[in-house]
Amino acid sequence: MMDTVTPYVVLSSILFTIGAVGVLVRRNAIVVFMCVELMLNAANLALVAFSKANGNLDGQVAAFFVMVVAAAEVVVGLAIIMTIFRTRESASVDEPRQLKW
Amino acid sequence: MEATYVILAPVTIVAALGLLVVRKAVHAALCLAVVMIGLAMLYASLDAPFLFAVQIIVYTGAILMLFLFVLMLVGVDTSDPMRETIAGQKVLAALLGLGLGLVLVIGVVQASLGTMKGLSDANAGGNIEALAALLFSRYVVAFEATSALLITAAIGAMVLAHRERLEPRQTQADLARRRVRDFAVRGTHLGPLPPPGTYARHNANDTPALLPDGSSADSSVPALLSGPGANGKDGGE
Repeated sequence: MMDTVTPYVVLSSILFTIGAVGVLVRRNAIVVFMCVELMLNAANLALVAFSKANGNLDGQVAAFFVMVVAAAEVVVGLAIIMTIFRTRESASVDEPRQLKW
Repeated sequence: MEATYVILAPVTIVAALGLLVVRKAVHAALCLAVVMIGLAMLYASLDAPFLFAVQIIVYTGAILMLFLFVLMLVGVDTSDPMRETIAGQKVLAALLGLGLGLVLVIGVVQASLGTMKGLSDANAGGNIEALAALLFSRYVVAFEATSALLITAAIGAMVLAHRERLEPRQTQADLARRRVRDFAVRGTHLGPLPPPGTYARHNANDTPALLPDGSSADSSVPALLSGPGANGKDGGE
């Protein structure tokens, strides 16, 4: 039995960092979206770990709400990506920069 | 150290790093599936059986399949362009990520987070029952708010996916009327186009039919096969 929560939070931090770097580096909008999901999952891991560390279930309820929000976000985000792809024939995040002008 | 953590932590980190380096979006989705299933097993080891099931059903089952579905719609062969629009973006992002990771990990390791109390008391009457009691008492307002959020998301997706028809739909009668009008005004051929391959040496669809005087009838080749870049051809012949 692991008696401290630190390893889980360290893993969560590493996954969150990888997700953040992915959002900065990747150009395909769908992969950028997957990296956002990775960051949400990392936060969930920390919430569940802290739930066990504190001995109550509030963390698990919070992780559950994060999952609901992630599902709603994915639905709207993918619909936006599809709309952009239909007009621009590309799923690259560099294309919508033409909105600047 | 718990065996589940020791095995799953490297696997999830490697799969997450794969998300950064793979070229194809489908491979990135598979890497993400590995991360999500690994996290689900970690939840199981953290006394969260309900979240373990929800993680697999909702994340790996629904959300990831939605990603793959959109990937198939958008085209699986769309890979990242190699050229960078911002000079040195990857190096800068790697440096920033390294900094963020170091700050987070060092900060977490330095902080004393205390020992695990364990969930044996909270889960005494069953994890799902305890979660439901909490969800419908203390968090009932947040729970109602998520229902509003889900309805908004569903309507938003429908609005975004809806395509407005800009001109009225052409019926068969409209098309026939236009064909006759074109014949009256410009003298275009009224009947059907000549079929491909008639009197030609091949009966392949992209071989133009031969007219009685030996010249080829270009209109007999379907537009899809004769246009530039059609069927592996580079431009018109």
